[in-house]
Amino acid sequence: MKPRVAVHKFSSCDGCQLAFINAGEALLQLATLVDIVHFAEAGYADEEAVVDIAFVEGSISTPQELERIRTIRANSKTLITIGACATSGGIQALRNMHDTQQWVEGVYAQPEVIALLADSTPISERVKVDFELWGCPVNATQLFAVVRSLLSGVTPLLEQETVCQECKRAQTVCVMVSRGEPCLGPVTRGGCGALCPAVGRDCYACFGAAPQANTAALAEQFAAQGLAPEAIARRFLFINSHSEPFHSEGKKWQGEGK
Amino acid sequence: MSERREVTIKVPLLTRVEGEGALELRIREGAIAALQLRIFEPPRLFEKFLEGRGHEEVLDIVARICGICPVAYQMSASHAIESILGVQPGPWVREMRRLFYCGEWLESHALHIHLLAAPDFIGFKSAIEMAAHHPAEVKRGLRLQALGNKILRTLGGRSVHPVGVRIGGFTHAPSRESMAELLQECREALPEAAALVRWLATLELPDDEQRFVSVALHHPDEYPLNEGRLRASDGLDIGIEQFHDYFRESHVAHSTALHAHYFPGGWAEEKVGVPYLVGPLARLNLNFAQLPQAVRDNLATTGVRFPSRNMFHSVIARAVEIHFALLEAIRILENYAPSDTPAVGVTPRAGVGYGCTEAPRGILWHRYELDGAGKVVVATIIPPTSQNQARIEADLKSSLEQLGLERSDDEIRLHGEKVIRNYDPCISCATHFLRLKVERD
Ligand code: SF4
Repeated sequence: MKPRVAVHKFSSCDGCQLAFINAGEALLQLATLVDIVHFAEAGYADEEAVVDIAFVEGSISTPQELERIRTIRANSKTLITIGACATSGGIQALRNMHDTQQWVEGVYAQPEVIALLADSTPISERVKVDFELWGCPVNATQLFAVVRSLLSGVTPLLEQETVCQECKRAQTVCVMVSRGEPCLGPVTRGGCGALCPAVGRDCYACFGAAPQANTAALAEQFAAQGLAPEAIARRFLFINSHSEPFHSEGKKWQGEGK
Repeated sequence: MSERREVTIKVPLLTRVEGEGALELRIREGAIAALQLRIFEPPRLFEKFLEGRGHEEVLDIVARICGICPVAYQMSASHAIESILGVQPGPWVREMRRLFYCGEWLESHALHIHLLAAPDFIGFKSAIEMAAHHPAEVKRGLRLQALGNKILRTLGGRSVHPVGVRIGGFTHAPSRESMAELLQECREALPEAAALVRWLATLELPDDEQRFVSVALHHPDEYPLNEGRLRASDGLDIGIEQFHDYFRESHVAHSTALHAHYFPGGWAEEKVGVPYLVGPLARLNLNFAQLPQAVRDNLATTGVRFPSRNMFHSVIARAVEIHFALLEAIRILENYAPSDTPAVGVTPRAGVGYGCTEAPRGILWHRYELDGAGKVVVATIIPPTSQNQARIEADLKSSLEQLGLERSDDEIRLHGEKVIRNYDPCISCATHFLRLKVERD
């Protein structure tokens, strides 16, 4: 029997599931190898189906989403988060540092109908996760590598390199050395192919922190280059603000500014 | 049968849309008593966390409102912020932005036509299912989508949340070779785009004439993408900074997206606004003459005419815009030369600025207030889908009545879904899953 696959969405921009939708013929091919049972954007709706592999995009930010992820976990043999939202809470976790209720009251005339949890959290804070794919967005290479591993019964490998190492290997001119840009490549997980330096700009860590990232040393380096403490804080408190060590590093410099 | 006093039907999910919502319908004595397109995609509150951020961070933030149209967000924000900083990036940047936007239209429109909409008109549940019976058409669509993504990658590094843009222009100028390769591919795809328009025109689309106000940008010299004045089909012609004088958003309890309405003659507290349409059909209705001759000639062979009041001509309008986007991309690529200054420098200063560009789904309006250090004080973003939401509800009401409310719940649900999908609603921008609930009494 073909493995049964679901793609679920929570609070997100839909950008990560696009790695499937934009895959073209690879998507059609995938559909012959697996049974897609739930993938709303592609036209499959069986949210509560029992599956072998569940891909989850998006963070948990409402009471309903919390209920849903628990059901999905119970129904899925392997659960894989795709992207920053699902893996670290995403850009919307920036609200975790504020009083969201007050914000909602500012935007909506009838705030009582908007039910939000106090924080936007990664899936792993709510249920057990088997693999996590970082990236905002994840790309097709990462995604299909995992699919291939799982289909052949091999445990997928996660990226251990930094963007900085990928960048050096591609022999891209270092934007920090040559132009003094506050590049986060040295502390950021690879997998993107060092895209930002390749187009001439600083990495902003959309793939999250690399294992054993020395954020303190990099932050000191930024300070030595003249970046204000508050600007250093903003560098770390961005796409992956809810995950460590970015959260603490950012908070530390935010405090310095005051 | 009409003996049914009160029936509630729940259809678990509306698929092939980008977002989370529900359709609720109550039928009483053969008439629609209540109809709501409920949108409950959790709000992600972007406008709030833009506050306090540097202007140089804005493009990376707003892109993440929508994975399908990040470029639109980046473009509206660039124009707004550059207007505050008093920057004119010049002709090279202007052309490259048009090319960039053409890439997004191609990608987004091809995705919608083939993966989301066409299965409705041909009778399949998904494009994957459809591909087994119509492989040539589906693969053509996927190729056009891939080409759009390639344009985005060439300028932006990647197609979802491109990294190659900055306030003032682009972070780099693509090489001559990569642009020559793109040109070659666009030329090869051109006949496919023309064929796509003709193919869609042969499909049996519902005939659904409606009265509505179209709103779009208009530019005297070109088909609108990044620049122009705001026009409406009733004669309105205003600068983008006057948007709030005529268009207002309000919050209705059944939606986490704000609803926008148009106030002909100007907004006033006591007035009631009207729904309006933005997007490909509205753009074509107001800008048909701006299309290249070749696009109009190809369309003329089909018998479909614009301006059109048939809402289902939206899908053809999308294909027409694919044809246009390819021709425009070819024009720009033929004249391409790399620039030494892909971006102009900017100096922070305080002020208020507006940006309004044509996202694939319609006008995307931004307003920013910056402080003297160039940080965001207040941001307001009005996406196309929240502008179309009231129009979708009005359309549902009239099309379901036209279909006949005595029809089975299944038929009503199917038609309702078709009507909603036809707008290509982006629920991440404004809304996801639609659940239909029909109550009859
Ligand atoms: S991780 Fe980024 S690209 Fe993926 S869904 Fe979240 S915001 Fe979108």
